Amino acid sequence: MSDIQLTLKIWRQEGPDAPGRFQSYASGPISTDMSFLEMLDVLNERLTGEGAEPVAFDHDCREGICGMCGAVVNGHSHGPEKETTLCQLHMRHFNDGDTLVIEPFRARAFRIEKDLVVDRSGLDKMITAGGFVSVNTGGAPDANAIPIPQKNAEEAMDAAACIGCGACVAACPNASAMLFVAAKVSHLSLLPQGHPERARRALDMVSEMDELGFGNCSNERECEAACPKGISIRNIARLNREFLKAAIFSDED
Amino acid sequence: MGWIGSLYRSSVGKKSIMAASGLLLSLFLLTHLLGNSLSFLGREAFNAYAEKLHSVGDLLYIVEAGLLFLFLIHIITGIILYLENLQARPSRYSVSTSEGGRSWGSRTMPYTGVIIFVFIIVHLLNFHFTDKSVPVADLVRGLLSRPPMAFFYIISLLAVALHLSHGVWSLFQSIGFNHDKYNGVLLKGALAFSILVGTVFILIPVLALVSRSFLL
Repeated sequence: MSDIQLTLKIWRQEGPDAPGRFQSYASGPISTDMSFLEMLDVLNERLTGEGAEPVAFDHDCREGICGMCGAVVNGHSHGPEKETTLCQLHMRHFNDGDTLVIEPFRARAFRIEKDLVVDRSGLDKMITAGGFVSVNTGGAPDANAIPIPQKNAEEAMDAAACIGCGACVAACPNASAMLFVAAKVSHLSLLPQGHPERARRALDMVSEMDELGFGNCSNERECEAACPKGISIRNIARLNREFLKAAIFSDED
Repeated sequence: MGWIGSLYRSSVGKKSIMAASGLLLSLFLLTHLLGNSLSFLGREAFNAYAEKLHSVGDLLYIVEAGLLFLFLIHIITGIILYLENLQARPSRYSVSTSEGGRSWGSRTMPYTGVIIFVFIIVHLLNFHFTDKSVPVADLVRGLLSRPPMAFFYIISLLAVALHLSHGVWSLFQSIGFNHDKYNGVLLKGALAFSILVGTVFILIPVLALVSRSFLL
């Protein structure tokens, strides 16, 4: 296939407290069959050869399911393609001569560790606060022992598609983590297995989210548009419902 | 009653309070709109409406106090949310593009909010804290036949319409109402409501400005 040449303006920052700045690189010839991360690999090979510090970025499965990769490309979380993680974004979507501005996900709750690597452990802390279910030990229960309407199972599955990459936080004008929390609360509260902790979960996850310094949801719908898994803001409405029900009517405080 | 405090401290709680106060303020706006529409029927109908309203007496003070409370809650909570949201992203993106979710209304909520706040103060000075012996029709004609004041009203009312274009849909989402069956109606209905409110209110300064015989 054909090659393209790009100008890459990449955010370079040595550590959490170091000041960051953009540095420009000529990409050299990039095959349009490459993924975005492979393009960064090519750049890093060259930088390493030249004795320069390679660009640090997070990645793991490179097949769009682990939620490890992510950066903001020309103002778009995970780049300009809809429902695509950065690792699944192919270079054929860019044109020869394009300039790409590559920045880390920015939020107070996401500390920049180095270059494009951010600390997203806040998402894990919210899961620890309430994103779990209690199960009995012992033998595995029979399949379909608990009747679940097909529609609920489908909706729970749609919410469970969240890979926890943090693109919703990055895209939100308020750096709010509502779509992430909404996906987790929806996923668990739609299923009977999640009901014992239902009220507690909504209260604890929202309270943890607030404490971690994420912003407030103002229904801008940017998260839904940026989400690589297409999680709907219907889940945020469900979270609002779950939270208000728990705060006003439940015995939990 | 500790739960009310913790509700207000939480992000979702504050949003639901914005939504509830916004809903009640929208309903007030609708009654205000219906009252103002009487001006299109002529001077007598409009003056009679104002007199009828003032003759309600003490009940009016209670309603006014309620409105003031709603406005204060909405404004103070809005300011807190705005400041918290600013702090949530201390370093800005160098390229900031919409992913496609934001609207003009949603983007400008804090700014249209400020314009509406200033407008309400001017509007109250014009019509509330003023000589009430003057018939309201003359008050409207006197104020809004002056181009600077008429334009101030028109621009402020455009801000109201823009604020509503996001707010009315958003308040349903914030209290958890989002349903496939009603979403289409809700989105279009909220937009139609903001256009209706904007158009009818703006007609008054426009008519006062261009028509010599309006309310005469």
